[in-house]
Amino acid sequence: MWKTILRRILIMIPEIIILSILVFLLAKAMPGDPFTGSINPKADPAQIHHLMKINGLYDPWYQQYWNWVVHLFHGNLGNSYQYQEPVTRLISGRAVNTLWLALFTTVLTYCFALPMGMYAAKHEGKLPDSIIRIYTYVTYCIPFFVILVIGIWIFGYVLGWFPTTGSVSSTANPGFPTIASRLYHILLPGILGALFGTVNIVQYLRSEVIDAKGSDYVRTARSKGVPEKDIYRHHIFRNSLLPIAAFAGYSITGLLNGSLFTETVFSYPGMGLLFINSISYRDYTVITALVLIYGILNLLGTLLSDIILSIVDPRIRIQ
Amino acid sequence: MESTSEFLNIKDVNTSFKIKGKYYDAISHINLEVHHDEILAIVGESGCGKSTLATTIMGLHDPAETKITGEIDFEGTNLLSLDEKGYNQFRGAKIGMIFQDPLSALNPLKRIEDQIQEVMDYHTNLTAEQKHDRVLELLKDVGIVNPKRTAHQFPHELSGGMRQRVIIAIAIACKPDLIIADEPTTALDVTIQAQILDVLRDIQKENHAGIILITHDLGVVAETADRVAVMYAGQIVELGSAEQIFNTPKHPYTRSLLRSMPQRDNENDDLYVIKGNVPSLQKMPHTGDRFAPRIPWVKSSSHETNPIMHEIESGHSVRCTCYKDFEFPDQGGQRA
Ligand SMILES: Nc1ncnc2c1ncn2[C@@H]1O[C@H](COP(=O)(O)OP(=O)(O)OP(=O)(O)O)[C@@H](O)[C@H]1O
Ligand SMILES: [Mg+2]
Repeated sequence: MWKTILRRILIMIPEIIILSILVFLLAKAMPGDPFTGSINPKADPAQIHHLMKINGLYDPWYQQYWNWVVHLFHGNLGNSYQYQEPVTRLISGRAVNTLWLALFTTVLTYCFALPMGMYAAKHEGKLPDSIIRIYTYVTYCIPFFVILVIGIWIFGYVLGWFPTTGSVSSTANPGFPTIASRLYHILLPGILGALFGTVNIVQYLRSEVIDAKGSDYVRTARSKGVPEKDIYRHHIFRNSLLPIAAFAGYSITGLLNGSLFTETVFSYPGMGLLFINSISYRDYTVITALVLIYGILNLLGTLLSDIILSIVDPRIRIQ
Repeated sequence: MESTSEFLNIKDVNTSFKIKGKYYDAISHINLEVHHDEILAIVGESGCGKSTLATTIMGLHDPAETKITGEIDFEGTNLLSLDEKGYNQFRGAKIGMIFQDPLSALNPLKRIEDQIQEVMDYHTNLTAEQKHDRVLELLKDVGIVNPKRTAHQFPHELSGGMRQRVIIAIAIACKPDLIIADEPTTALDVTIQAQILDVLRDIQKENHAGIILITHDLGVVAETADRVAVMYAGQIVELGSAEQIFNTPKHPYTRSLLRSMPQRDNENDDLYVIKGNVPSLQKMPHTGDRFAPRIPWVKSSSHETNPIMHEIESGHSVRCTCYKDFEFPDQGGQRA
């Protein structure tokens, strides 16, 4: 098992290097520059030229890339042109918010999806199964941002049950009220994200359970005289849930990508919103840093899934 | 056969499956008994209903999709009258089953030890330690060389023959009176087959179990069985001791099967082929001799309109009277 994991980690190193070069070049290739318009719409081109020069933006790309990597290893990602503060500080502040939302959404997703998938499969073809399947089809067909917009409109504006912007109320007292307010702010985006995220897990789990129900090893268990409820517990659900555990890694990936939509719609100050804003301001340093972080997190998510899978499934452990 | 007391008595059992809303018989009017210390072989082509009979005895059918009638008398209890809880007192404890495909019959994510132990969890009061010892003992009994090692392994780490031994260990863990082995050696190569059959015989000697051995390999039957039931299209067409079936086969189907069996001494001869197929459930005729369409040269007047079993000598019965007129076409039988 350790061999598998070590090998997977080693594979990741060249992946990350290639990723970082690509990210850097893409950011460079974006049209426009970070100074025109941001300082003063009528700024003197010579002044902009000067700013570009002292920021090293005229150096050859590999020079700029190398500088960037060296700084990276010193924990220095440069300054945001837009916010005029170190990118590291800027992103770490936002990352905490994104992390909270992502964790909360993951927990909710599994809380919704596992019972739904198992129940649907156990009562295959009956009414609750049909309802759950219609639910998954419908949710699957609607784009995520549409779900978000409809959700925020109904529950945020029309019913007014949930806040529609920000991550915490500015008037909340420190301590418990702040935590409660944070939770209150991620409730609606979390639920909507979870509703969307359940679909894959429910469908996957349902088909896993149905396969397991008719499998030969379950028939063997029946022939041992194992009661039906224990067959579900020890054989069917157990065997179907293990591969789902490995989904956890991939679901992080999905959530990060989803956070771009969620945070934009909810004006939630996380990495996703920062990313969208930075693109409109051509804030290269922030963009490159964020794409790199997103890329690495995606790789880590896949790695995590592979590791979980190798732990739970003895057939993979060996190779 | 020292003890001839029958402990399993199958009386007029019918099992039908629901296909597109209608029920179709897969086995009809099965009458059969099994004694202690005997191996009863059930033979027949694919689709004859052999497995259906086995799973009917085990109660493994989904009641929503299957209709079963008749009586299966097991040591004084009619199994067919039991609910799931009642059945579970028998399954694994008094009846053990060995399945055809050892590759898929074990849970891929559980260690061998846990899978063998599970059956004892429900039917014995042994302590964890005693169960552990019993697992090792069982693995040794079924011919596994390094029981300690195997107990700790997962199914995918074992060869097909090893897995089949494990499945046998599960089936015999609680010393059942009846062992149903549904093609236990079909997926294995010949040398392993012989070893597995030896294991079964050894176990039987110890436990005085009755074994139902389902197979379509007549060589296996000749070597192991005490009695043979020949099934065709859901019915038993001939039943007798192994000598009776092999030396004086009567039913055209039995004779065709035997003739289609490869023999060591006339390897060069073309094998006899039974023309046609076992009818599917929906196409199964419900009157007349079900085998008649595959021996069209036999006069229809030779068949009974509703063929029944006739006892022609002690312990030897044949369905239908057509056997009296039956000849193979190349041995004097005329073509219709
Ligand atoms: N669950 C089921 N639903 C519908 N039809 C079934 C079912 N199980 C078996 N059958 C049908 O019943 C007939 C008998 O099947 P069975 O598996 O008992 O045959 P078999 O003699 O064991 O054949 P084989 O040698 O291939 O194992 C076949 O026509 C089969 O298609
Ligand atoms: Mg079969």
